[in-house]
Amino acid sequence: MYPFMEQHPYPGRLIVVEGIDGSGKSTQAMLVRKWLEAEGYPVRFTEWNSSSLVKETTKLAKKKKFLTPTTFSLLHATDFADRLHHQILPPLKGGAIVVADRYTFTAFARDVVRGVDPDWVRKLYAFAIRPDLVFYFRVPIETSIERILNGRAKLKYYEAGMDLGLATDEVESFRIFQSRILREYDKMIEEFDFTVIDASSEIDEQQTALRERVSKMLVNYRAPKRGTWPVAPGPLAGRSRT
Amino acid sequence: MAGGARTFGRPLPYLKLGRPKGKLIAIEGTDGVGRSTQIALLQQWLEVQGFPVMVTGWTRSNLMSRSIDAAKSGHALNRLTFSLLYATDFADRLENNIIPALRAGFVVLADRYIYTAMARDAVRGADPSWIRNVLGFALIPDLVCYLDIDLEHLNPRVLAAGGMNYWESGMDLRLGEDLFDSFSRYQTAMLHEFERMSKEFGFTVIDARRDIDAVQADLREAIAPIVVKKKAAKAVPA
Repeated sequence: MYPFMEQHPYPGRLIVVEGIDGSGKSTQAMLVRKWLEAEGYPVRFTEWNSSSLVKETTKLAKKKKFLTPTTFSLLHATDFADRLHHQILPPLKGGAIVVADRYTFTAFARDVVRGVDPDWVRKLYAFAIRPDLVFYFRVPIETSIERILNGRAKLKYYEAGMDLGLATDEVESFRIFQSRILREYDKMIEEFDFTVIDASSEIDEQQTALRERVSKMLVNYRAPKRGTWPVAPGPLAGRSRT
Repeated sequence: MAGGARTFGRPLPYLKLGRPKGKLIAIEGTDGVGRSTQIALLQQWLEVQGFPVMVTGWTRSNLMSRSIDAAKSGHALNRLTFSLLYATDFADRLENNIIPALRAGFVVLADRYIYTAMARDAVRGADPSWIRNVLGFALIPDLVCYLDIDLEHLNPRVLAAGGMNYWESGMDLRLGEDLFDSFSRYQTAMLHEFERMSKEFGFTVIDARRDIDAVQADLREAIAPIVVKKKAAKAVPA
């Protein structure tokens, strides 16, 4: 694990799903959430690139296509920092289980393929906390293309890596771009202790593997019970909330 | 730039800098010290001499200015998102404005540079190595002029210019009960940090407590030899 990303001291747990577009990770994350909620755990969900702070800017910039590899990277880091402090840390401190669809590893893979320095982008995210579990959904590139093209008519400009000028054809560009991202992910398996899931297998088989692994991770976890949520020290500490 | 463009840390791997013909001059100084006034006068002076000038201001990139304004006017920002918004803005201006202008032979006058970001992070207690890595791709300016002032002279200027605002007063740090107290403490810390950096980075320190003309004269004296090298045949009166 990169020395800058430290293990968190909070009572909650952070579960991350990673993988290229079309790997099926979002479906798996959704199923894990459903299961955890049904088991009675407090669960929060957060998605890559979704904070209100930079959403409009990112949308506009992507539309006008004036992002450079560095501004692309910094914009996503800004979004991540904002979500870390509003959507990830508070529930973790409160003892919830946070499921994150993509985490810093997406930046480490994509931004490096776009041309930023691997060491620079890792240090950029030094403020991030180390997840308790990272599932990497590993899928052959052809399966991913097939899934993506089945779901929609056209590939998005940045998703296909068209900004890199790899190919004039969008599907070919996607193939080259995502293959390179795949290689970056593969390099991180050991570096960040990924749990690798064969994302070409059946959805329910993958989910079974996920739940087994999550159950193991939750052995020492104790969900906060009503009335036992940690109270922040301060003038209100010890007082009844009602 | 002398000896080719150099950066503070690792340069952007995908960008070949070469040896831009222009000059990068940063004017640093805390809020309200009179940077914009001085820069407007410098631009006029340089253009009259026949030098093409581009002025680039902090948080003024096409990409980010709206996000930053929106964020300041309500969104709950913390130090990190604040720094990252500024870093994104800076990267955008560096790649899309500053570097192209330097390549075209412009004198680029930067109203604030990365030192402002470093000072703001430092007074907010951040690990200094983080921001230095993030902004490591920044070009080292050919000259950094630091407009030096003390609180005693700064206060009346800021009040005359319309008063203290929330961020310039570091109100996010809760340093004082009201804007004035907070402004005083925050700016004291900022001035201290700038003073420390002026030694580390070799700023040309200009006493900005004096009137506009005196400060401008010193700035011209510092800048003249830098731009003259470029057009050796043409004398630039200071």
